[in-house]
Amino acid sequence: MEILNLKGTEDTPTILLDKKNGIFEISGRSLPEDSAEFYKPVIEWINTYATAANPATEFAFKLEYFNTASSKLILDVLSALEEIKGVKVIWYFHDDDEDMEEAGQEFSELVEIPFEFKTY
Amino acid sequence: MNYIYELHRTMMSQKLILVYDGDFTQETTKSILSMAERNLDSSGEDSGTKRKVFNVMVEALQNIVKHSSEQGLQAGSLVSKSAIFMISKDDKRYCVMTGNPIPKSKVAGLTKNLEDLNSKDKEGLKEMYKDIIKNTQISEKGGAGLGFVDMARKSGEKLEFSFSSMDAEYDFFCLKVNISREKE
Repeated sequence: MEILNLKGTEDTPTILLDKKNGIFEISGRSLPEDSAEFYKPVIEWINTYATAANPATEFAFKLEYFNTASSKLILDVLSALEEIKGVKVIWYFHDDDEDMEEAGQEFSELVEIPFEFKTY
Repeated sequence: MNYIYELHRTMMSQKLILVYDGDFTQETTKSILSMAERNLDSSGEDSGTKRKVFNVMVEALQNIVKHSSEQGLQAGSLVSKSAIFMISKDDKRYCVMTGNPIPKSKVAGLTKNLEDLNSKDKEGLKEMYKDIIKNTQISEKGGAGLGFVDMARKSGEKLEFSFSSMDAEYDFFCLKVNISREKE
């Protein structure tokens, strides 16, 4: 399966989805003008991956900041992940960033996926 | 030329650290954010406060971008796209303020929306946020209807707002979001 590799910018996150090496990560800042358009290839990639997923998938969110339009799409990404067996979300937050920790907790309450919280 | 000095004095007395008036796009949003961010960084602001201010700025700016593009299409005039964004800072707080024209037909709905938000406590806002994010499709404008809820949550204070009549069709909508600099 092809690697999805998007380099981050000042308003879009870095995205690396690599089935072969087992790396699944969204990191940085997410405040694109059109969040639906930006996340479309990500969700499509996950949907394809779900049809032949690795036995275990650790999906990392290492976000510094995201806007509300992105939060809706992050939920869509999580909903796509829900279809995958053996998936786990690692939610990273800065150790003094309570808002990002809380955001992760809220997402974890909205989907049926185990979340692990880590500081960085 | 007196107005130059007058404007400068107003900025000083209102403790405004950034004012932008004009056309709003994603590009201007990015420029304003990076300017404001430099300002916050150089003043050595507490990182939690900094993040909250940044957060409110993004939502406020993207609200204007969204609505001004909408109105540009409707009215087709430059005047209707023009809006204002500013930030003030004193010892106690930052204020993120915006002003933009909205059609009079939308005033009642927006007022109800904001009053509803202001009647909720922290838990109430959280429930509202989760409810909207779960049940709403993203609109064509790219908004999820979450911007004001998020601003209210990050602020922790009531959203202040007012409307001034511009002409027969439009009101000028002013919004002020306070972010305390004092630790909870």
